[in-house]
Amino acid sequence: MMNRAAVRKALLGVLAVLFVGASGKSFSDHRRLAEPVVLGPGVTRVARLADYHATLRGTANDINLYVLEGREPGGTILVFGGTHAEEPAGRLAAWLIVEHATVDKGRLIVALSANRSASTVTRPGAAYPPTYTIPTAWGGQAFRMGDRWSSPLDQWPDPEVFIHYPSGQYLAYSDIRNLNRTFPGRPNGTLTERTAFAFMELIRREGVDVAIDLHEAELQYPVINTIVTHQKGQEFATMVSMMLTDMEGFSIGTEFSPLNLHGLSHREIGDHSQAVSLLFEAPEPFLDATRGRTDADVLLSGQDEFVVKAGAHGLLFAPIDERGWPIATRVGRHTSSVAQTATTWSEDHPGRAVIVKNIPRYADLLAHGVGYFLRDPARAEPGRVAHE
Amino acid sequence: MITLQTVITFAYYLLTAGAAALLIGNFVRTKQWDRELLYLIVLVPFLLRVLRLK
Repeated sequence: MMNRAAVRKALLGVLAVLFVGASGKSFSDHRRLAEPVVLGPGVTRVARLADYHATLRGTANDINLYVLEGREPGGTILVFGGTHAEEPAGRLAAWLIVEHATVDKGRLIVALSANRSASTVTRPGAAYPPTYTIPTAWGGQAFRMGDRWSSPLDQWPDPEVFIHYPSGQYLAYSDIRNLNRTFPGRPNGTLTERTAFAFMELIRREGVDVAIDLHEAELQYPVINTIVTHQKGQEFATMVSMMLTDMEGFSIGTEFSPLNLHGLSHREIGDHSQAVSLLFEAPEPFLDATRGRTDADVLLSGQDEFVVKAGAHGLLFAPIDERGWPIATRVGRHTSSVAQTATTWSEDHPGRAVIVKNIPRYADLLAHGVGYFLRDPARAEPGRVAHE
Repeated sequence: MITLQTVITFAYYLLTAGAAALLIGNFVRTKQWDRELLYLIVLVPFLLRVLRLK
């Protein structure tokens, strides 16, 4: 009897070790996946976020900052994707800008993984795919799917209530790990607060004129298909949205950042720096609570029959039909919006102009898809590949 | 703030390791197969956290 019990314990123990090993490998592979970025012809140097706040050195959020400098001096525009790492169109739009854009005048600074820690974890219990692959002519490129919040492996524990600094506003406890609730950050705060502080230091020290935060939203969220702007940029953002709607073939609105809603980039960057802060929202049906099966296909196709049904019942703030919101459409909205922002800014501020060329635009994305514009790292020149 | 959080995080990992050790002890001592299975299932997330995998 004793021997049987011992054998059973040994077998169960081996089973548990195998289970921990298999699931642990999956989590570890996701966290360590290195996503290649081919430095496009416009990238003149790659800086690090820790250059602006040293306590980030060696952490998950010591991210790459891709700097594209023109021959002529001018203004500076900061574009950052991945504030919420479960919103891939923001990251991919920034990716295409780094791999293709060139700058004639002024400077473009681009971050692809603003909260990199959040890109190394998916939402517990939400059945998110750990990765998704964009098909390309050279095989395909895998990207990490992420979450809205920094990984608990990098920042833990959460407080009972998150008291935003410096406003003192009470926010949800988990939002202490939400980069878009921790601006303007604090130098001795949590990892996410220090990340926000480093971005603020970057904006202040580099004299950034316009800061653009790229997002996606569920269709049940009222702030969607829009540019959210700080009051400093109201006329400017309205002009950008009018030009986009008129010239690019898609409709985008403008909303003003609420004065008393703290922690968000469109409020705090404008309040605590010289920059005009904008936030772009594209639709992502994958995030809707009424979605059906949650997999990489839904993430990229943006097609979901249950979200369509919610729309038929008038529960959504953006239109949707069986064609969904494919990733190319969402990325194209962002790339065109960035390009138009630079154009409108440069027309209004010739002395601080940022003249940017060769950004793939909405029509290009619809015609060719995202994968067409991803560069093959195997064919890049030596030293021209970075990793996220 | 950083120091305080580091101390709390360290204490949290100690607690997690302690809970994992208790579960392993219970697994070794029990003679019922369904209890053995239960302890191992509960043990998995504790091990993943102590090993900093999840």
